[in-house]
Amino acid sequence: MVAVTETHRGIESVWRIESARLIAGLARITRDIGLAEDLAQDALIAALEQWPHEGVPRNPGAWLMTTAKRRALDRLRRDKVADRSHAEIGRDLQAQQMAPPDVDRALDDDIGDDLLRLIFTACHPVLSSEARVALSLRLLGGLTTEEIARAYLVPEATIAQRIVRAKRTLAEKKIPFEVPRAEELAERLASVLGVIYLIFNEGYSATAGDDWLRPELCEDALRLGRILAELMPKEAEVHGLVALMEIQASRTAARVGPSGEPILLMDQNRARWDQMLIRRGLAALERAGRLGGARGPYALQAAIAACHARARTPGETDWAQIAGLYGVLSEVTPSPVVELNRAMAVGMAFGPAAGLSVADALAASGSLEGYHRLPSVRAELLFQLGRLAEARDEFERAASLTRNAREREMLLDRARQIS
Amino acid sequence: MRFMMIVKATKDSEAGVMPSMELVQAMGKYNEEMVKAGVLLAGEGLQASSQGARVHFARGGKTSVVDGPFAETKELIAGFWLIEVKSKEEAVAWALRCPAPHGPDQDTHIEIRKVFESADFGPEVEAQEKALRDEIGKTSFKS
Repeated sequence: MVAVTETHRGIESVWRIESARLIAGLARITRDIGLAEDLAQDALIAALEQWPHEGVPRNPGAWLMTTAKRRALDRLRRDKVADRSHAEIGRDLQAQQMAPPDVDRALDDDIGDDLLRLIFTACHPVLSSEARVALSLRLLGGLTTEEIARAYLVPEATIAQRIVRAKRTLAEKKIPFEVPRAEELAERLASVLGVIYLIFNEGYSATAGDDWLRPELCEDALRLGRILAELMPKEAEVHGLVALMEIQASRTAARVGPSGEPILLMDQNRARWDQMLIRRGLAALERAGRLGGARGPYALQAAIAACHARARTPGETDWAQIAGLYGVLSEVTPSPVVELNRAMAVGMAFGPAAGLSVADALAASGSLEGYHRLPSVRAELLFQLGRLAEARDEFERAASLTRNAREREMLLDRARQIS
Repeated sequence: MRFMMIVKATKDSEAGVMPSMELVQAMGKYNEEMVKAGVLLAGEGLQASSQGARVHFARGGKTSVVDGPFAETKELIAGFWLIEVKSKEEAVAWALRCPAPHGPDQDTHIEIRKVFESADFGPEVEAQEKALRDEIGKTSFKS
């Protein structure tokens, strides 16, 4: 026992470290995420009562698990309903109580499996996107309801309701607490990765002056991604997503100006890019590649981000490689936005005429009608070709399509510079 | 937020005494735990100060170089971890889980220090950079 007087905040930190695994282990036993969380909370309350006097146990995770299981047994005994499944759970728990204390790698693997089960369940496609996010941040990220609410700029009650309803849905639809079978794995994993990246993007889009919990969502997402990478080391796209997030996060310090204005990638002070995160991102990308996952959508986006990350100055950017990567991405996940980015990259690599032909084909297809970036990209390319009148028109058109005031000003400025 | 956990040196670590097999394994497991928890960013062990050097900056601008070893063992560091956690308390919680860094028979400590973030620096630095940026040509790419 470590004989240290613990403050509540200290115990809550231990909780943040242990809670996901605790809930996961309990969920496997009880087959009910809601009940698992309740039992875990009971254990936390017990810890808050006892640890200030007895000190934090040397193995807090084991203490919490044992306590939670004891409470589970108590609850089941108190339960007058002679339910067969309850009896089974009770027997299960008693058998677990007799298991030797966990220092084993075998048990560690079990806990890892449980955590994986929890991740897949929290991100189950039967839940709405918002529900998956809230449940994941709560059960996996250890965020309180209040913290999630502040991060998403909604009332606490909204998040609380969302979580309650999510648990109810999982129970009603009898969603099994398991890692999906091989046939479903790819799709289910895509759902998990989608949730993590959604959280990351929410944090990435936070503006200066926002509650500090908002940009911290990037750290939360990164942590979940890194955890998943260790639980599923052979899944290339997990490493691809981690790579993408590490590299994007590396630019955090460079992305915002003194008045909170966003700074475009090409204008950022690269000395402020976090080289440690870039290194980690490149390493994760390499892992994805070694696993044969270079053509995964996240890996491709990460590879594009890596091209920028490797360029010490904007002039050193390997645009030809970026254009090629967008080409592959276009095949793997065809989308007009990807094609638009490809047009830009082709323009940078092979000259504005080449870029414009890609952009013109896109415009002809009509798929980006009303999207301001299409005319803005065409405008840039036309300008470089010396077709000034057309460029000005396109800048003005782009300005009329964007809802962002700052962006509109910038585009109108470009148009004015030409006249 | 980021914290550095600094392992201080001991006479043994300065003498180049290798850690026991047990300690190496325990440390390996601890590192693995932090990686699996998604909190470890970086970590390294540092060789004894006898392998190192110091660059002195005297008042007035004169510099000089002195080779190790250095005498004040208590002030020397032997290694570090860089972790990303939510609070100082969480960093402390992680440090508490570390096996005794030099084995159970040595008296030592792990120092925990918060890493400065760009937001911690004042607006003057930002303004300088804006001026630099205004000189560089613009291209309309998403950041």
